[in-house]
Order: sequence, then structure tokens, then C-alpha cells
Amino acid sequence: MTGFLKDREGQILTKGVDPRSLVGGKPSLAGSVSQRACVFCGSRVVLYPIADALHLVHGPIGCAAYTWDIRGAMSSGPELHRSSFSTDLREKHVIFGGEKQLYQALDELIDKYQPKAAFVYSTCIVGVIGDDVQSVCKRMEAKKGIPVIAVMAEGFQGSKKDGYRIACDAIAGLIGTDDSKDVSPVSINILGDFNLAGELWMLAGYYKRMGVQILASITGDGRVQDIRNAHRASLNVVQCSGSMIYLAKTMKERFGIPFIKVSYFGIEDMSDALYEVAKFFTDEEIMDKARELVKSELTTLLPALEPYRIALKGKKAAIYVGGAFKAISLVKALRLIGVKTVIAGTQTGNAEDYTLLEAICDDGCILVDDSNPVELSEFVKQTGADLFIGGVKERPIAYKLGIGFCDHNHERKLALAGYEGMLNFAREVYETVTSPVWRLKR
Amino acid sequence: MLLRHTTAKEIERKALTVNPAKTCQPVGAMYAALGLHGCLPHSHGSQGCCSYHRSALTRHFKEPVMAATSSFSEGSSVFGGSSNLVSAIETIFTVYDPDVIAVHTTCLSETIGDDLTQIVSKANEDGKIPEGKKVIYCNTPSYVGTHITGYSNQLASFIKFFSTATPKKRNVVNLIAGWMEPSDMREIKRIASVMEARVILFPDMSGVLDAPLTGKFEMYPAGGTTQSEMTATGDSKFTIGLGAYSTEDACVKLENKCRVKFEVVEIPIGLKATDRFIVSLSRHANVPVPDSLTEERGRLIDLIADNSKYFWGKRVALFGDPDTLIPLTEYLVTLDMKPVYIVTGTSGKHFDEEMARILKDIPEARFKSGERADMFQLHQWIKQESVDLLIGNSYGKYMARDEQIPFIRLGFPVVDRPGHNFFPYTGYAGATNLAIRILEKFLDHQDRTCNEEKVEFQM
Repeated sequence: MTGFLKDREGQILTKGVDPRSLVGGKPSLAGSVSQRACVFCGSRVVLYPIADALHLVHGPIGCAAYTWDIRGAMSSGPELHRSSFSTDLREKHVIFGGEKQLYQALDELIDKYQPKAAFVYSTCIVGVIGDDVQSVCKRMEAKKGIPVIAVMAEGFQGSKKDGYRIACDAIAGLIGTDDSKDVSPVSINILGDFNLAGELWMLAGYYKRMGVQILASITGDGRVQDIRNAHRASLNVVQCSGSMIYLAKTMKERFGIPFIKVSYFGIEDMSDALYEVAKFFTDEEIMDKARELVKSELTTLLPALEPYRIALKGKKAAIYVGGAFKAISLVKALRLIGVKTVIAGTQTGNAEDYTLLEAICDDGCILVDDSNPVELSEFVKQTGADLFIGGVKERPIAYKLGIGFCDHNHERKLALAGYEGMLNFAREVYETVTSPVWRLKR
Repeated sequence: MLLRHTTAKEIERKALTVNPAKTCQPVGAMYAALGLHGCLPHSHGSQGCCSYHRSALTRHFKEPVMAATSSFSEGSSVFGGSSNLVSAIETIFTVYDPDVIAVHTTCLSETIGDDLTQIVSKANEDGKIPEGKKVIYCNTPSYVGTHITGYSNQLASFIKFFSTATPKKRNVVNLIAGWMEPSDMREIKRIASVMEARVILFPDMSGVLDAPLTGKFEMYPAGGTTQSEMTATGDSKFTIGLGAYSTEDACVKLENKCRVKFEVVEIPIGLKATDRFIVSLSRHANVPVPDSLTEERGRLIDLIADNSKYFWGKRVALFGDPDTLIPLTEYLVTLDMKPVYIVTGTSGKHFDEEMARILKDIPEARFKSGERADMFQLHQWIKQESVDLLIGNSYGKYMARDEQIPFIRLGFPVVDRPGHNFFPYTGYAGATNLAIRILEKFLDHQDRTCNEEKVEFQM
């Protein structure tokens, strides 16, 4: 290894040492072993948790195969989203066009599964051969009487983050098309929770205890009819702002719904999320309930966390996750259990996000945008991190380095949001960092 | 009931594939490239492809999987990806310093018509390829064939770029590994070494995708077929391809290029396929079969005899890749079981012919390959009449759960159980391992589900 990519200098800095600010949002260099994915992936992960919709991938088989039930988003009812449907484009379609194949597939699928809506994902190749996906969707919508939405997510258009925006547009097309749900005056939409490991259900429980109705969850455990009614909520509560802030802004413009940005990860952020919602409704009763809830949760949680905090004190963590807001919450949550963050990086952060991230990190912390395995393993060596927090591709690298790992992405098995989630997180960090296996290597 | 929508009644499907028993070419090319020592696979297309393939391989092997991407943008897909690839080559050699870059295409770069030969020779002319380093490439359009085709195309590119015939033939047999696990490659190397046959195995993912934990991250782990071994395959006196779908093309290319004669046998899964492999290797390497291997075989038969009543007549459904399914189905028949439903997403006449031959005494058996030969089809058959065992990759777990069928994970991907990295299914040792796993599934199922008065202590 001869060193880091010269062109990436702006995307790496050490807090307290480098006075400049971190550059984000740049496309990856050709030839890098980037940990990023594509536009299609971005829109697919955002939309796929809508459980009673049909998700049809118009492209060669791979695009459907690799995103099959991709992130373990749970549903309390229908599970249509967990099946992978593909038009399985072949050479003949590439030459003569795949519109007919798409039309037939949609026709057969909608008859068979009777979904409440259909999302049709356009992939790289569809963009190149020029199938008119939108017109097929329109014809099918007229024929079947359900929304059939073209998600124009050709992979080459940019990075995963651009796919989020396309997904938001697809959702925006559904919102405001139905008025049949009963709506309480105290109602919110939850934007940007995907119900991994049932996290949404936990949050829904909290809001319910405060007397707040969740009109639509976008998109965790999502339902088409809820989303069609989402324009009637009083407030949008946005987590994972990287993926959903665009939709929140669109809804503000179109329907005048205000939004707040929150995070459900860690005690402070979770409590703030509840207080902010209560504050919005300017109702003392709701605020009292929120205070009551936070108090009762903390009374049990804080003593339960204490042994982990003592055991983990002084340990060092490396974070490399998708979005910057998750990274910020992680830094805070780790601090709460005595762990110091020494590396903080993301795949999709922008300059603004990185200013916020840098502000909460300690001096000496390495900040990095769009990193690769060589850099990450080098940083771990430099900083002596005991723990790595990342996704699928980072896990085996951490293990090879002989340090603990915690998946904060698609492969989380326990809820990490909320108060209960904080305790799960502490346990998971403790288990992996203190595992005897790291002392066995020679 | 995750698959509650599946009905026993079949309707004709014209355009629709549901829950495919296959994936696309590039992931196969990436996997094969990892079997070359010091090689960095490179995906010439959008970032997502590379990311997905790395994730898929990482989830299966629980190992770091390195690969680079051309990171196509809107511009590259309009004006061509040539400049992306040239600068990628420069970046890769500067930063990641592999010995070889193995470029494969994607549906996108294929459709816009990038010419790899021309692009790579331009990179060479521009001095982007350092002395002693190599850039090899193959075409893997995702809309043709499956992951097996991609694997096969990558192996053919190894021949094209490395195999060289010198005037001096060597008393060595090439073994071309079809799509199998690193543990299977270890087993095949062990068999060759026990036989004292001189062989070159390629690709060889052992030591790459089953590397030990050392506290160090190795971008290029110690394993893999070396470039000099790969070059020397042109001087070997014979080639044995293991699995027609994944290796025949490479065998033919090597014969055409270097006049090395070849034979294609099945991947040695099960007793008979292992027999054929060992006979072939013995003949072409001109070495006797040692007693120790004959004893291994005898022990396997002993195990089968001891448990024959538990194997007899058991109905099995299988899905996966043809090179695995053909010998596996044959082995199940050897065990006196009844493989009744078999599907593979990779189409081909060879599969259909072999299945017809192997299953000729099982009239109720049904098999299907290619389009619409998906897991949905398999599930419908199972709903019509159930089976005692399901064998396939991890995606089979939903079917197994809904239908309460014992399930053995075998194939790609297996992402929810460990073991495939450690215990081979090839050779007599692998056949023993598989027989024991099948028995454990049956006997556990019986112990758990039979009426209390029927619980047997001694089995």
C-alpha cells in the first residue's frame, strides 16, 4: 500500500489538528474500493418497507436478487415487500426494448397479489435502452385502478443519496390522494424510520403513551393508504434526515405541514424527540405525559446502564455509517456508556453535516467521508480503536483486525432506538468489546 | 407463513420470475477473480453493482471482499466509460497496488458498448500499467446467462491472459474448479496430494475467503493461484474441468490456445462423482489410487449401509446451480433417496439430459431449468405433494419454515449458517459430511415431531 489517494485529502481530517473543514458529497473516484452503493439502492431501501405494495425491479436479475428483503424491515401485517419481483431482462429485451415484458409482468403480478400500489424501479440499463417506464405505469394504473409509480432510479445517476430523493418523489406522488382515514387533532407522521428490528413499534408505543396519533409511518411498517392520507397530519417528525428531509420539505410546501428533525438513538436525542413533539402541540397535558414517560424510562434505564459504563470506560470506537445524523447520535450514545469516538465517517454526509459532526467529536478524532477498507484499517491501527460500528462490508474487516463490531445498519438484530434500544446497544457493545476471542490470537 | 401467497395450483407465467434461483453474471466473475493471488476484481459500471457483489460475497463467506468500481456517472453512460476505466486503473495501481486487476463489465457498460480491449490497451500505451503488473478483462453482461456464466467467463479470461505454451511440457494436470467453496478446493488439493499427483488448481479461493484472524487486515490474503502457476497451465499435459457449466469453456480455450487436452467431469460431490474424478486424475496424472483413499471410500459406504433404512425413499427437493445439482442429485439416488423436484435458473441442455439420466428410475421426479425455473415453481410442486428434505441456498428457509420441511443449506448464498467454509461437500470426506448432515436432519426431525410412544432411544 503506497498511501492514501491524494485527491481524497479534503475528505479526511483530524479534529484539533487540521483547521479546515471536511468536504462531503463528492462522487467517488473511479477505481476506489468505495463502500458506497448506487441510486437504485437508495430508492429501493427507502421504499421497500411499504409492506402492502408491490415492488417490481425492471432490470436484469441481479438488481432484484441483491436487494431481496435487503434490510430486515418488519411488517405487522402483509409481507409482500419481502418478495423480490424482477422482469429478469435478457439480451433480447436489451435489443428490442423491455416495455412489453414490464407490462406483462405488472399485469400478472397485480392480478395475482392484489397490492394496494405498485412501485416499478428503473435500473441502469433501462435508462440506457430508453424504455418508457412512466407510460407503462400510467397505462397499468388506468387498467388496474391502483397507483402504479415509476421510480426512475437508474444507478449511474449518482450515489445512494440521490436515490433517496427519487424515493421521496415517488412517495410524494401518493400523498394527498385519499382522505378516508380518521385523523386526530394531535397527529404526526414519522418520516425516516424503517422498522428495523421492530424499532418503529417501540417509538409508536412512546407516542401513543403521550396521546399522539401516528397517521403514517414513512416507510417502516408502511401502508399505502396511510401514506395517501399523510397530508392530513399536523406535524412531520423526521429521522434519518439524509433520506427524508426532502420529502418533509415537499410536504411543507404542498400541504403546509411543518417538520422537526429528530433522532431516536441515545437517551438525549430520544427524549428530545418526544419533548419537541409535545412542545409543538402546546398542550400541557401532552408535555406532562412526555415528562412522565422520560422519567419512568430513565429510572429503570440509567441504573441498568451503569455496569456497562463502568466496564467500557476508556474504550475507543470507530464509526463508519451511511448518514451523518446517525454518526452524531452514535458519538453521543457511546459517550454515555464511557466510550470515546476516535474515528467518525460516513458514506453520504455533506459539508454542513460534517460541521455538526465535528463539533460534537473530541479533539484527535479522525473524520472521514466516503472511505475505503485500506484507510479504515489504517485509522483503526493509528487510533487503537477497540470497537467498530458499521455495516455489512465493514464487519469482517473489524474482525480480521481483532476488534469488536456492532452493526448499526441492515444487519442489526436488536432494536437500537429508544430507551430499550439504548440498553440493547450497551449490551451489544459490551459483549463484543469484552469478548475473550480477541485475546486468543497469536 | 411468509410465502402464504404461494398456491398449489400452477398458472402459466409468460413474463414473470418470482424469487429467482440465480443472480447475475458479474458476481460470478468477481468470485472467480478472488481465486487469483494478488488480484483486485474491478467492476466496470455503476457503484451499486460493485457494492452489491461485495456485500453478497461478504455475507456468504463472512470475509472481507475487496473490489474496485469505475463509479459510472450520468456522463460516463452517455459518453462511454473509457476515461473512468483508465483513471481507475491508475488509481488502483497507485493506492491498492495489486499484481493483477481483473476487470469485468456490467449491463450498463455492455449496453453503451465500451470496448475493453481498446480501453485497456490505451491505458497501457499511456503508461498507466506499471512494469510487471497486469490488467485482464472479461465481458459479463448481466442480461445474458447467470452468475455461473460470469464465473465461467472469468476463468476463460485467465486462460486468455496467462496460459502460455512453451516447448517444454510438464507432467502436471490442471484442475479447474467449478463454482464451489474454498473448503471444497482444500479437499480437492488434499486428494491430489494424497495421490501424489502434480496439479495446478485454479481458481483457488482457499486461503483467500477462509483466511485466519491474525489481527491484521490483508488486502490480498496469502491464498490464490499464483500468476506463474496460471502461466504454467499452458505446459501441463492435461486438464480436468470440474463442472461443465463453470469450466468447460476454459477447458476448450486452453486446448485451443496451448494444445492441452481435457476432460470435463462433475464436481466431485457424492460417491460416484468422486470415483470418476479420482479415476480421471489417476489416469491423467499417471499415479495409482492409494489405499488410504480406498479406505475413505470404504468408510463412507459403511456409513451409508449402517443408515440405509433412514435414507430409503426419502423425497427431496433441490434448487441451485447445475454443476452442483447434477452430482448432488446423483448422490441422493446413490443413497436410495428420491430427488423429486429440481430447479435451476441457469438453463442448458446438459442439465436436462443428465437429470433425465439420473432420474430415469424415479418416474415422479420433475426438473426444470432456465426462465421461470424459480423457487416459486419449486414451492408450488412442494405444495402439490410435500417432500422430506429441501436442499438449497439460504433463500430456501422460508419455504422450509412454511412447509415444516427439514432443510440443508448448500449453494450460494448461504448467509444464515456457518460451516460451508470449513466442511467440504466434495470427495469421500465431503460425501460423508453430507450424508451425516442429512441423517441428522431426518433423525432430529423424527425425534422432535413423532408421537411420544414412538420416540426411539437407539437409532
